[in-house]
Amino acid sequence: MTTLPPVSVPEERLDEGPPGRWLGRPTPRLDDEPLLRGSAWFVDDLAPWPGLAEVAIVRAPLAHARLLGVETAAARQMPGVLGVLTGSDLERFLRPLPSVLSEAIPYRPIALDRVRYVGEPVAVVVATDRYRAEDAAEAVELDLDPLPAVPSAHAALDPTLPPLHEGLPNNVASDRTLRYGDPDAAFAQAELVVRARFQQPRSICTPLECFGVLCRTDPVSGDVEAWSNFQGPFSLQVVAAQALGIPPAKLHLRTPEHSGGSFGTKAAVYPLVVLLAACSRALGGRPLKYLEDRREHLMAATAAGERLSEVQAAFSAEGRLLALRLDLVDDVGAYVRAPEPATLYRMHPCLTGAYQVAHLEARCRVVLTNRCPTGLNRGYGGPQLYLALERTMAIAARRLGLDPAELARRNLVPPAAMPYTTASGGRYDSGDYPAVLALALERFDWAGKRARARAARAEGRLVGVGLACVVEPSVSNMGYVDLASPPEVRARRPAKSGNVEGVSLAMLPDGTVQLRTTTTPQGQAHATVLALVVAEALGVDPRQVQVRAGADTAVGPWSISSGNYSSRFAAVAAGAAWQAASALADQLRRLAAQDLGCHPEQVLLADGHARLVDDPERDVPLRRLAGRAHWDPASLPPGVRPGLSLTHHLAIPDLPAPDAQDRANGSATYGFLCDLCEVEVDRGTGRLEILDYLSVHDAGRILHPVLAEGQVHGGLAQGIGMACFEQLAFDPDGQPLSTTFLDYLCPTAPEVPEARTVFVESPSPLTPLGAKGLGEGTTMSAPAALANAVADALEVEEVPFPLTPEALWRVVHGAEG
Amino acid sequence: MTRSIELRVNGTTHRVEVEDRRLLSDCLRHDLGLRGTRVGCEHGVCGACTVRLDGQAVRSCLLFAVQVEGQEIQTVEGLADPEGPLHPLQEAFHRHGALQCGYCTPGFLLTAAQLLDELRAEPNPEPPSEEEIRVLLAGNLCRCTGYGPIVRAVLEQATCAAGADPTEPSGEDRR
Repeated sequence: MTTLPPVSVPEERLDEGPPGRWLGRPTPRLDDEPLLRGSAWFVDDLAPWPGLAEVAIVRAPLAHARLLGVETAAARQMPGVLGVLTGSDLERFLRPLPSVLSEAIPYRPIALDRVRYVGEPVAVVVATDRYRAEDAAEAVELDLDPLPAVPSAHAALDPTLPPLHEGLPNNVASDRTLRYGDPDAAFAQAELVVRARFQQPRSICTPLECFGVLCRTDPVSGDVEAWSNFQGPFSLQVVAAQALGIPPAKLHLRTPEHSGGSFGTKAAVYPLVVLLAACSRALGGRPLKYLEDRREHLMAATAAGERLSEVQAAFSAEGRLLALRLDLVDDVGAYVRAPEPATLYRMHPCLTGAYQVAHLEARCRVVLTNRCPTGLNRGYGGPQLYLALERTMAIAARRLGLDPAELARRNLVPPAAMPYTTASGGRYDSGDYPAVLALALERFDWAGKRARARAARAEGRLVGVGLACVVEPSVSNMGYVDLASPPEVRARRPAKSGNVEGVSLAMLPDGTVQLRTTTTPQGQAHATVLALVVAEALGVDPRQVQVRAGADTAVGPWSISSGNYSSRFAAVAAGAAWQAASALADQLRRLAAQDLGCHPEQVLLADGHARLVDDPERDVPLRRLAGRAHWDPASLPPGVRPGLSLTHHLAIPDLPAPDAQDRANGSATYGFLCDLCEVEVDRGTGRLEILDYLSVHDAGRILHPVLAEGQVHGGLAQGIGMACFEQLAFDPDGQPLSTTFLDYLCPTAPEVPEARTVFVESPSPLTPLGAKGLGEGTTMSAPAALANAVADALEVEEVPFPLTPEALWRVVHGAEG
Repeated sequence: MTRSIELRVNGTTHRVEVEDRRLLSDCLRHDLGLRGTRVGCEHGVCGACTVRLDGQAVRSCLLFAVQVEGQEIQTVEGLADPEGPLHPLQEAFHRHGALQCGYCTPGFLLTAAQLLDELRAEPNPEPPSEEEIRVLLAGNLCRCTGYGPIVRAVLEQATCAAGADPTEPSGEDRR
């Protein structure tokens, strides 16, 4: 990895960054050992209460049917069975889960009288152990009356197919056209209009650990206590409590310190918390445990929805992108499960990508299909947008006779325009996009590789190069999803905006520091980074900082935006920890000043001591100051609170609710990356080989280079998976065809190349440490960059997606045939 | 049907009552409390539940506990003394940043441990190439890391096990 000097650092940031004793250095992770030895506790390892019974879920075998009856008598008689519960049994404990879009699409965690996707829960079997629960689940008989299925986004647009929900006229749940500037006039002036269509299938990030929930209820108070590997956002905790008809304070949600990956998916755990809580109530408070198996995960957990995109792009003769018209159709499955339809609107502030474009029109349709409800998956709308936008740019370059890199260069937002407000309201906070592109082209030898690919093609080999320029938003504005409703509807509802993160920090009497937050890590080593942040501010060793990043809503601190999503950790969680630790440092300086007989400003905190700046020999150990704050509060100087503890919440400014013109700054901060790749397609087999891949990434200040690189490479592997292998396939009746890892192909070690990563750091002026998110950028860029390289290799404008050997073979041989 | 069996795991003999159909993975995790064996798919593809059976890396989700009576089982807990230092492979995973969520890690460690033991047992071992390491690890899924650091950690340790210096570049294009 290479870390370059900052390309474009706003002057006011230069002196404000952290001193860098710990931050920005490749310190080893502090939280590895329990994982390496196998002693770490994951959700399946927990047994928090005696008498834990295990649950198997009976799921719908048809995509669409009336549920006329559920016969449970035989199952109830089976050995070890403690109860069998159907939707009707649970109805009195459940209200529909609230949705931002429509009350006409009631969503419950268990079907009542109609099933709308294969895998929808229809009954819950509770038994002494999972083996017996599964035995009895097989004995539950369903009486189903099949209905015509809506198995695809195309089918959802067909007005002749019956609506999935009785309260709706058809399967289009939302249809909005949003206009910015004067796109019609811009299209009228255009020298070239490129029009292209794209279809991306469903996919899922498949963490290695499936969903898990342990839950009990108190039969007297109605309180619910649940452990799960939920990942936030904790707005969904509120949604879950509403569905149970209890105040959120009565839903005590906890997560273990370790979660076996999530990548967004485990936001969708919350309906299972609701389901288990209802079952526990129905069984007099019995503690229950449910672990999803892989087949259930691939069939019925969550997914990135199918996306249909049509792009029209208007260009001047010189290749200036004048205006964009987008027609986006997002399949959300059978219900609009919160936070959907956010996949469609997460990228709305970035619809013009990294380019300066004043005129934009976007038609955004949310459609219902007889498939599992969709939800967060790494990239969340980004891979979908950039495949369409960056393929369109490559097609335009070809038609204009320009190098795609040159076309990008002519349109990238210039550094002088920063902070740049996009047509749809995004506020790109910093960066020098053309400099990142130029660096990427040089490091990759773009010109040389492009020429060599052309020469190889002249010899009959199918070699090509591809480029993608991507703006990566992070730290979601909780209000952006309201764009799904028109301004007049929004005006009648309480506004939502911003993104809050909180930490609690305390120094114990022995000088140990404890930090608690609700970032629900799933492998990103939050505990390590937070310990480094606190160590930096307090001048202590990071090993003296104990971090608890698992959630406990009874202890907190948390807010509705807490959790691990929209790549928000580095910007707001690390930022809030930095601010809290700085405030604690101030308290320690005041205490030390009293002992050293000086002003607090003359005190430096380093190596576990408070020292006089001008005379470092005069010092006092921090643990003595800490002891005094706890044991001898009578001695504390003015301004020092007893106990050395504080809770601090941070909200990045400038994240208002969407305005009346549908402009919304959907994220707090925006990074930029430029990916370049070289591929070869095997003419005989259609196999795609990635010969070289370079990602140059500006994510603001890098807090930990090795962990940052891990996020970039991991995101890239998932982008490659999405581009080359992964798709959740369905038959025409809506039966899922990819329900094992033999059918749903994730990339393995031989398929993921050693990519090169370069970080450029232009700090965000808005976040406390200058950091921006970086966990999703390469997931957004890789499908576009690879599709562009394949189009170059095959010398075609239309490329299939995903880029499977079979699909590529058909292109090669269709073209030759 | 339930029967009483003896399982030899990490050098210790355990007597346990299991149903015939009890998966080895469930028995190790829930009957013997060896939770380090993780379960990722229960259909033998992801490799998270990999353990070693008489030295061979196998999927514990595809075996019944009753099938392995009398054989020597090694799980991740048996790689290093819990009170002592990490196994060199574990240490290499730590140094190379080869784990994120850590759920797949025990499976990778045991797959790689077999290779290391085999290399050490050979009279004149040839250090494996990066390509060979990647193919060896193709039976284990990791969704976090993109595999690069795992491959580097295993390559380093395999090179050591073959008696070569891992800091010397091999014929492969190494970083």
